[in-house]
Formats: sequence, structure tokens, C-alpha cells
Amino acid sequence: MQPFNSVCGSAAPLLASNIDTDVIMPKQFLKGIDRKGLDKGLFFDLRFLESGKLNPAFILNQPAWTDAAFLVVGPNFGCGSSREHAVWGLKQVGIRALIGTSFAGIFYDNCQRNGVLAIQVSEAQLKQIAGVISVAETATISVNLPEQTIELADGTLIAFEIDQLRKQSLLLGLDAIGATLQRAEQIRSFEARHLSENPWL
Amino acid sequence: MNNPKTLYQKHIDSHTVCPLDDQGHVLLYIDRQVANEYTSPQAFSGMRETGRKVWRPSATLSVVDHVNPTAPIRIATMPDAGGARQVSYFEENCRDFGIELFDVLDKRQGIEHVVAPEQGFIMPGMVVAAGDSHTTTYGALGAFGFGIGTSEIEHLLASQTLVYKRLKTMRVIVNGSLGAGVTSKDIIMALIEKIGASGATGYAIEFAGPAIDDLSVEARMTICNMAVEAGARGAFMAPDDKVFAYLQTKPRAPQGKMWEQAVAKWRGLHSDEGALFDREITLDVGDLEPMVTWGTSPDQAAAVGGHVPDPATEPDPILRQGMQRALDYMDLRPGMALCDVVISHAFIGSCTNARIEDLRDVARVVRGKRVAAHVRAMIVPGSTLVRNQAEDEGLAQIFLDAGFEWRQSGCSMCLAMNDDVLAPGDRCASSTNRNFEGRQGAGARTHLMSPAMVAAAAITGHLTDVRYFPLEA
Repeated sequence: MQPFNSVCGSAAPLLASNIDTDVIMPKQFLKGIDRKGLDKGLFFDLRFLESGKLNPAFILNQPAWTDAAFLVVGPNFGCGSSREHAVWGLKQVGIRALIGTSFAGIFYDNCQRNGVLAIQVSEAQLKQIAGVISVAETATISVNLPEQTIELADGTLIAFEIDQLRKQSLLLGLDAIGATLQRAEQIRSFEARHLSENPWL
Repeated sequence: MNNPKTLYQKHIDSHTVCPLDDQGHVLLYIDRQVANEYTSPQAFSGMRETGRKVWRPSATLSVVDHVNPTAPIRIATMPDAGGARQVSYFEENCRDFGIELFDVLDKRQGIEHVVAPEQGFIMPGMVVAAGDSHTTTYGALGAFGFGIGTSEIEHLLASQTLVYKRLKTMRVIVNGSLGAGVTSKDIIMALIEKIGASGATGYAIEFAGPAIDDLSVEARMTICNMAVEAGARGAFMAPDDKVFAYLQTKPRAPQGKMWEQAVAKWRGLHSDEGALFDREITLDVGDLEPMVTWGTSPDQAAAVGGHVPDPATEPDPILRQGMQRALDYMDLRPGMALCDVVISHAFIGSCTNARIEDLRDVARVVRGKRVAAHVRAMIVPGSTLVRNQAEDEGLAQIFLDAGFEWRQSGCSMCLAMNDDVLAPGDRCASSTNRNFEGRQGAGARTHLMSPAMVAAAAITGHLTDVRYFPLEA
């Protein structure tokens, strides 16, 4: 997993509420057995017109945001289906972090497991961030994970909270399975007791 | 009692291998996993790349359900290359890692969340995780189920555990008794409408109260299933005698003395008197009307006797924009009576509402009637066993006589990953769980409702209050 330290880039506003994973990655892109090619499917129905041409009105098709490293999103982003393909697609187009007031639970965990930082801020903070980054000239921000700050183009510094466990694993790009399997003995002894107490399991 | 616990705390405490920090993270032991062909392939590939073994193969049950066709004549070959590759790789993975698989031709095949309870694979007190958001369904059996992504599936396969953060708890007390024609689907749709699509984000919901006690186990599954549409990462009910009776006849239920021992333990699975919840909600369903969605989020719903709302009356600008966008997508005008909305399709299926009781509800409504000439109506049973039972009970013939397509089991048009896809502009009355833009096909429009309500709409050709629908004597 790619470690996350300090990242600078443009931030695109996508402020509608309840943007679900069907919209982020439509069904026709879920037929793979690997993670490849999901950059093509990301926001497909928003990015492309029926003719197949790019939709110039969509934020990620506008010059200041085509290489966006961040999305500033509305409430309950990533709701719906558990499909991790949504996060793989975001990663493949270069999104490193999302900033929003709330994320759906499974999506939030999927971000974490792919090294994509999902930052929760207050409604007032989101408004402030969205106000600055929605202007092409001031769309660039930097996100500093060690310091837990977002710096806007106008110099504003916004602090954010994150669980230390999540923070460490993002900073180091840790292999979570490897870390858990170091506790294999503990799991085994828990399991032996659990199964003997509940033999129908 | 000294330290009264919620049922959620009991589930988590009894499955905690060890705490990982002082912020609520634990290593959580998972008793069961259900796997499908579309969210698991990359997890198995990860296992292959690292040379890891599956920790406890018997804890996972694999079912092909998302991509298979549901045409009345069952075929083993997938019509599209992607689906075919997923199914064959799934078979290869289950074989190589020693995991039991119900393939498309298996008599026990069906939608994973219908199949697992039906087999007795899920029991009270279990913690269950699966690569599908509707894993919350198992809460109706007194288990704790939640959806996970593919990376977590791999973690679970390799270690039988997940790194888990404790949720906040919400209790929803449901009072009153449902009127005729009103179902558990209407209860959960009313709750989602009340608290919003993220109203339970970060929470595990415990449902309780007389209206829940009155429901059958299958009806309870509908509620737990759809709780995820309010953002809940788990939803459950204390198991009672109905649950034990439901389980006792299932193929994998414990037998004899072990059954007695299990039931004795399961009787302790309830929140203790005085246990504290982070949030409590009371819902009175005595006057509840059948619900339908008018928008593109499950919380954009109203009683069927109501009207399409006017975004101009919504003070919050983000919500107002969301409503306007939804109405544009749905091609509806503010103020229009919901019963005037004309449909082109009716779909009865999904892990939310395609069990035998749902099909009996549908049969009561459509017996002796005909589907409206302009409507294509499909019934996709939740499992092959449900399909067989419906045929044995004579329901299938009622559906066929009324002009419904009677199909094989799968997830089908709930998410349209197979060939059951709506065309742009189609409008579907649907017994499913998500009315998202494009969910049933790009540009297609979905109205969620109970199976009986879908049945009534299929016959009249427009949204219809099933309570006033004439039933054959």
C-alpha cells in the first residue's frame, strides 16, 4: 500500500449528498477478476455524455480539476453497495484523499484499506474549504497527515481528527493482514475456547 | 444488574480476540462468511499472491448469485465473458481453498442472504461478515451481520478476524400493530424516511417493541436487510421462540442435546434491563400507510396516498438541490399524486423481499387478475428452494396465469449486474432496496415498495394503494 504523508494537489468539489457507489462505479465495470481498468468506469454516467464524449459540465473534466488529488464531498458519500471497485477507481485516477462531513461505513473502511485518506470535517469547515477550492485559481490544497492539517490556497490551516490506528497504518502503508497474522497464536487460542463454549459453531 | 449490556456489546465482547487500542478498536473473531462471485475474486488473488491459506474454510459458504441469468430455463454457462470469468474463477478458488460452493445448478442456489438463513448456516449469537452490504439481514436471527469490502474479505479469509471499531448503539422501538396491507417493508421505509439515508451512520441498530415481536422471522429480515439504507453498519433483534422455531427445521441447525444447549444460551441474547443506548427512537406504526419512494435515495419516500413533494419548500439548500435533481431524474412534477405515476415494469425479487411469505403476499393480490398490458412484470424468487416451494404451493401458476414472468433465482434486476437490465426511461415498481440513479439500468427509474404493492401496481399499471385493491374472495 502506498504510504500517505503530505500530499499537494487540486481539490474538486462534489457536494451533492448521498453520492452512492453505483454512481461512483456503475455495474458494467464490476465484471473483472482483478482491479484493472476501473479508472474508465469512475463516475461514468457523470463524466460522459450519451454520445460517449466527455461531459464538459462535470467537475473532473474541467482544466483546474482534471488531475485532482482530492475530492471535497457532500454528506454520506459512498453509501450503498460494498463494492471496493469504487475506491480502486478513485485511486486509479489519482485521488489520494476525500474531505467530507460523513462517509458511509463500508466505503470508509475500504478507503482506509487502500491508502486513501477519508477526512471528516465539520459542516462549517466543509463550507469554508468548498468556498475556496471551487474557484479554479485557488483549487490547490495540501493535506499533511503527520500534522493532521489541510492547508488552503488562501493560507487557512484546518486541523482534522483521525484515529491513531488508522493514521499509523496510512503513514506506513502497512499490510494489515500481515500485522494481524502476527497474532495467530492469540487467534488460535481464542478460537479453541470459543468453539468449545459454542460447539454448534 | 451491575453492568447492564446491550445486545451489541454482548455480540462484540464475546467475539473480541483482543483490544487493539483504547479508542474502541478490537480484533474481532468472525464465525461465518458468505462469499459471492463478484466481490471475492481479488481477495482470493491476494491469498494466492502471498501464498496464504484460508484460516477456517468451513466458516465460509460460497454462492453464485450476482451475475447469473434468471431465464426460466436454467443454464450453467454465463452469457457474457465477464460473468463467465467470475463464475469460473470463483469455482477454481472454492476448489483450491476447500470452500463449499453452491453453483448455479445447485438445488440450494439463490441470493446469498436468502440461502444462508434457509440452510441454517446463520444462528443467533454469531458474528457474520460478507462482501455485500445487505449482510445486515442476519440480525433478524439474533446474529450480528455486516458488509465488508474485498480487502476485508481477504483479511477474513486469512485470519478469521477483522480489525474492527466499535459502533455507537441505537435502539428503535416499534409500537402499534400494522394495518392490513401494511408490511415490515413499510416499517423500514418509514424509518429511513424519518432519520435519513445517513441517519444511522456509525450506529448498530437494535429493533425492539411489540410491532417487531408480532412479525414473522422473514418479515424481520426485510427490516434488518434495509437498515443499511439508513447507514446502519449492523441491525439486529433479540432472538425469540419464533427464531428458534424457524431454525430448528433447517438443514444445518444443531440436533438433539446440542440444540437444547444452544437454545439455552441463545435465550440470554438480549439487551439487559437498564442498558444504555447512544440514541433511542420510537416509531408508532398503528397508522402507517404503505410507502413508496419518489426519488433516487431510499429516504426520498412517502405514503402512497401522498404527493410528490416540492423542493421549493425544503429550507436546506443541499437537500433542496438533491430533491430537484431526483425529480429531474425521475421525471416527476411536484404536487403530482403518487398513485398517478404510471409504470412500465414491475420487479419482485432481491434479498430484501423474495422469500416465500413475500411470494404468498403477491399471489393474494394477483390471483385471478392480469398484469396491465403496458407492463412487463417479473418475479425472481430469492432461492431455488423458494422457487420450488412456490411451485408446490401453486403460487407459480397464479403468477403465470396473471402474466408474470416466473424466473430462476439470483440478484437479477435489483442491481442489474446480469442481463436483467432496464432501458433508459423505463419506470419500475420494485420490491428491492435501492432506488439510486442507474441502479436497475442507466437512465432507468425505480420506485421501492413492498412486494404486495408491486403486485398491485403491476395489475393496474400505476402506483396503487394495495389496501384498497379488490382481492378475489
